[in-house]
Amino acid sequence: MYNFEFERPSSVDDAVQSLGGEALALGGGQTLIPALKQRLNQPDKLVSLTGISELNGISMLSDGRLSVKGATTHATVAEQAREHYPALADLARHIGDPAVRNRGTIGGSLANNDPAACYPAAVLGSDATVVTNAREISASDFFTGMFATVLSDNEIITEVRFQVPSSANYQKFLQPASRFALTGVFVAKFADGVRVAVTGASENGVFRWADAESALSANFTQSAVENSSVSPDGMISDLHGSAAYRASLVKTLTKRAVAAAS
Amino acid sequence: MPKDTGIGASQKRREDVRFLTGAGNYTDDINVSGQAYVHFVRSEVAHAKILSIDTAKASELPGVVQIFTGSDFEGVGGLPCGWQVTDRYGEPMQEPPHPILAQEKVRHVGDPIAAVVADTYAQARDAAEAISIDFEELPAVVDMSSALDDGSVKVHDNLKSNLCYDWVLGEADDTKIQEAFDAAAHVTTLELTNQRLVANPMEPRVAVGDYNRASDEHTLYTTSQNPHVIRLLMCAFVLGLPEHKVRVVAPDVGGGFGTKIFHYAEEAFCTFAAKACNRPVKWTSSRTEAFQTDAHGRDHVTKIELALDDANNFTAIRTHTHANMGAYLSTFASSIPTWLHGTLMAGNYKTPAIQVNVRAVFTNTVPVDAYRGAGRPEATFQLERVIDIAARELKVDPIALRRQNFITEFPYETPVALAYDTGDYHGTMDRLEANGDFSGFAARRAESEAQGKLRGLGVNCYIEACGIAPSNIAGALGARAGLYDAATVRVNATGSISVLVGAHSHGQGHETVFPQVIAEMIGIDESQVEIVHGDSSKIPFGMGTYGSRSLAVCGSAMVRATEKVINKAKKIAAHLMEASESDIELKDGTFSVAGTDKSVAWGDVTLTAYVPHNFPLEDLEPGLEETAFYDPANFTFPAGGYACEVEVDPETGHVSVERFTAADDFGNVVNPMIVDGQVHGGLGQGIGQALLENCAYDESGQLLTGSFMDYAMPRADDVPFYSVDHSSQTPCTHNPLGVKGCGEAGAIGSPPAVVNAVIDALQSGGHDVTHIDMPVSPGRVWEAIQK
Repeated sequence: MYNFEFERPSSVDDAVQSLGGEALALGGGQTLIPALKQRLNQPDKLVSLTGISELNGISMLSDGRLSVKGATTHATVAEQAREHYPALADLARHIGDPAVRNRGTIGGSLANNDPAACYPAAVLGSDATVVTNAREISASDFFTGMFATVLSDNEIITEVRFQVPSSANYQKFLQPASRFALTGVFVAKFADGVRVAVTGASENGVFRWADAESALSANFTQSAVENSSVSPDGMISDLHGSAAYRASLVKTLTKRAVAAAS
Repeated sequence: MPKDTGIGASQKRREDVRFLTGAGNYTDDINVSGQAYVHFVRSEVAHAKILSIDTAKASELPGVVQIFTGSDFEGVGGLPCGWQVTDRYGEPMQEPPHPILAQEKVRHVGDPIAAVVADTYAQARDAAEAISIDFEELPAVVDMSSALDDGSVKVHDNLKSNLCYDWVLGEADDTKIQEAFDAAAHVTTLELTNQRLVANPMEPRVAVGDYNRASDEHTLYTTSQNPHVIRLLMCAFVLGLPEHKVRVVAPDVGGGFGTKIFHYAEEAFCTFAAKACNRPVKWTSSRTEAFQTDAHGRDHVTKIELALDDANNFTAIRTHTHANMGAYLSTFASSIPTWLHGTLMAGNYKTPAIQVNVRAVFTNTVPVDAYRGAGRPEATFQLERVIDIAARELKVDPIALRRQNFITEFPYETPVALAYDTGDYHGTMDRLEANGDFSGFAARRAESEAQGKLRGLGVNCYIEACGIAPSNIAGALGARAGLYDAATVRVNATGSISVLVGAHSHGQGHETVFPQVIAEMIGIDESQVEIVHGDSSKIPFGMGTYGSRSLAVCGSAMVRATEKVINKAKKIAAHLMEASESDIELKDGTFSVAGTDKSVAWGDVTLTAYVPHNFPLEDLEPGLEETAFYDPANFTFPAGGYACEVEVDPETGHVSVERFTAADDFGNVVNPMIVDGQVHGGLGQGIGQALLENCAYDESGQLLTGSFMDYAMPRADDVPFYSVDHSSQTPCTHNPLGVKGCGEAGAIGSPPAVVNAVIDALQSGGHDVTHIDMPVSPGRVWEAIQK
C-alpha cells in the first residue's frame, strides 16, 4: 500500500472533521484494506471509525424498529439481533468467515454496496432507514447501482433502523470461489405486505422483485410465485453463472425463503 | 495387532510438531543480513512488442539499488526445457527461447519485463510504478484450435507455427487404427475439456539469492521440490556457473503439487542480481503473482473414441488431444501430455489397439506443466468417462463392463509402451464394492428423491505410473535428466543415524516415514534416525520429489545404502566376537553369532567403527557411512477403484459429494496413516477439479480467475468424510520395499468418479445429459438440465 495518515477519532463530529480531501473513512476494512494492499486506492488519510463508541451497538427503538449502529460488526449483529430480528441475525451469521464477521461492519458494507453483499438485501427488504451524520435516507433511495449509493464523500453511516417484519428469511446461494452471494433473496412479511429484495443477481445491484411482492402479499406461500418469473435482462452473466441462471435462482431462492419464513 | 514401530506403523508425523506450532522454517522466514528486495514489473497484456523502457526516473527514487531489464540478460541463457519430445515425423519439438526478463516481446499476462531491486519492498514497488514502458499491443492467441489455424498470430515469431509437436504413441498408422474401428460392433465417442488449473500451494514461491565475494560462492534459498535439479539447470543452462560454487537450499516447503519442481526466472534472477548488486536479493511472490507465474496444470481438449466388439470387449481406443503449453516451455511441460499421459491410455484394460495423438500448442497464456498427477489424470478422466458412457449406451453395468475388460495376467505389455509388473484390479474392485455399500444405494437415492434431490453413483478405475524410470529408457525418449535418486546413510559413533536424501518433502512426511524403514532394517528406535534433505551442499545428487517417487526411488536408494551399512557392521561385529561373518545375525539392534549366546549391541559396533582400537584395519576402513544411487528398473503402477455418490439439487444445480470410497493398491505400505492422508489430500484436489476449480482466460488473454475471489478452491465443507482402503496389495516386483507410491492417486482417480456420479444423478431424473465439462459447477449443471 501507499503511505497515508491515520486517525482514530472518538466522536462522529471529529470523524467528519477529519474527512475531506483524499481522506477515506475506514470501517472494518474488509474491502478497503485489501484494495489498499493492491495499490488500487491512494487515500492521503484513513479515518478509522472503530474508536467511536456512539457508532456501536444494537437496541430496540420505542417505535418498534431495530437500531444497529453504523460501526457494529457482523458478529455483534449475529449475536445480539437474534432475539429481536432473527432473520437479520442469521444473515449476519453467514457473511464471510469469522475473521470477516469480527471486523466487518454494517456501515462499511452498505457504503461499499458490493452487488453481491448480503446486507443490502436486508436493508431494502426491511424498508430500513439509513441514518448518516447529515440526514436520514430511505432504503429505497439509498442504493443507486453497483458499488454506488447516494452518500456524499464526507458522509458517515451512523445507524440503520430496520422495520421488524412478522417473519422473514434470507436465502443465499454461494458463489463457489468467493462465497459471496451468487444470488441472495431476502423475504420479509409485514402486516401491510411482503417485501422481496434480491442481491447478487442484477447489474444494477440490489433490487425488489415487485411481481413476487404482490403475489406473496396476497398469498404467502411458495405456490404464489410459481407463475412469476424474473427477466434475465440486466442480470449479471459471468464465469459462475449466466443471466438466465441467476434469474432462475431468484425464483428458487424466493420460494425457499417463503417456505423458511412461513 | 497394529505395529507401533517400523514398516507398517501409523506413526504420527514428527514434522507436524514444528509445522503446527509455527516453528517451521520456510523460505520466506530466511532473511540474510543486508538483503534488498526485488519487485518485478510484469506484463498486463497477453501479447505485445516492447518499444522502449525508460527507467531513468525510477532509478532516482529513494532506496533503489539497481533496475534490470531484458538487455541485462543478453549474455545469459534462457530457462531450459528438460524433455525433448520427438514428433510423429521424427522431428524434434519446436523449442522457443524463454528469457529471464522479456526480450523484445511479452507473451502472457505476468511475463516479467523489468526488475527493481531496492532497500525495501515498498521502495521497489514505488520505483516500479515510475518505470515507463512503451508497448505495441498485439493480438493474442488463447484458444488452441485457432492457434493452429493457418495465418494465426504466432506466439514466437521465429517458430514455424504455434505447434510445439504433433506426437503419436501406439498404433501410428491411421489406416490400421481405423480398421479396428470399422470392425467394431459399437463405438462410443466423447469430446471433452480437461480444464486448466492453478496449483495454489499454501506457501507462494520465494527466492533469496546470496553471494559471497570472498569465496565467490552463490547460495539460493528457494521453494523447491528438488534443489539439486534447480542447481543443475541454473548452473549449466542459465547462468553458466560452476556447480561447486553454487548451493541451493530448499528449507521447509509449504506444498508444491508439482508447481515447485520447475526452474523459474525469479530463482535465476535473484542468484544473478545478488552478485550484480553485491547484496542479497529477496523475492516473495504475492498470490496475484502466483496466479500469473506459477506453472499451471492440465488444459487439454480431447476427443476419445472407444471401440467394442459384440461381446463388449474393448477392441480399440483412439484419442486426439490438444495440449496447451502456454507461452513458453516450462521445465517438464513437453513430457506431461506425452510420456505421462499417452502411456496411460490402456488404463486397467486389455485393449489390443490404441492410438494416442497429442498436439502441443503455444498460446499467450501462463506456461503449463506438471500438476498433481500430471498427464495421468487427463488420461484417466477421458478413458473412464468414455467407458461409463459406453456402459450406458450398451445398457450394461459399468462395473461389470470394466471387470470384463480388466488385465488379469502380469507382467502385461500395453500397446502404449508400458509394462505393468503386477496388479489385481478385481481385488481393489472387490474392496470398493465391499466398502461402498452399493446395495444400499437405492434406498439412499429414494431418500434423496423424497427431499427433491437427485442422487447418483459414479464408479471408475485408475492406474498410474510413478517413479519415471529407468534413466536410459527415459533418456532415449527425450529426458534430459537422470531419474534415479540417492541416499547417504551416515551412522554416528554412538549409533544414531543421519540419512541424507535426494528426495525433498513438501508435505509428504519423509522425516517420519524414512526412519521407519531404517528402524525396521536395523532394529533401532526411529528416534535414533534423522532425515537431512533440501540442501545441495549436504545431500548427494538426488532428483527430488515428484511423481509419487520418493519412497519407491529414494527410499530404495536408502535401503541399498542401509544394506551396505549393515554388511559392514556385520564384519565389525564378526571381528569383535571372533566369529565368521556369515554367522552374524542382526535382530532388534543386536548382532549375535548364530547358535551361540554371543552378542554385541548396535552401539558397540558403531562406536568401534569410529574408535577403531579393536578393528580389522588391514581389511576394513574405519567409519560407517554408505551411499547408494538407485535407478529403478521400471515404473511402479499403483491402481484402484473409486466410487462417488453425489446429491444434485435440480433447481439450483448444486452438487454435493455425499460419499466417497477409495480402494487403492499401493503395494506395501510403510505408514498407513500417512497414506490415508495422502489419499485424502488427493481426493480433495480431484473433487476440487471436478466441481470447483477453473483457470479461465478471456479472448484477449486476460486472466479472469486471478484471485481466490473467482478461482474456487475446495474447502473442508466441499468434501465428505472419505472411506479409504489400501488393504488390497500387490507389492511392486522390482524395488526392495515393494512400494508403489500414493501421492497422486487421489487426484488422478477421483474426477471421473464425481462426473460419472453427476451424470448418473441427472439421468435418474430423466435428464438426457451425457457429459458436462469440469468444473461441474452449479451453473453448468443447471444449464445442462434446461437443455
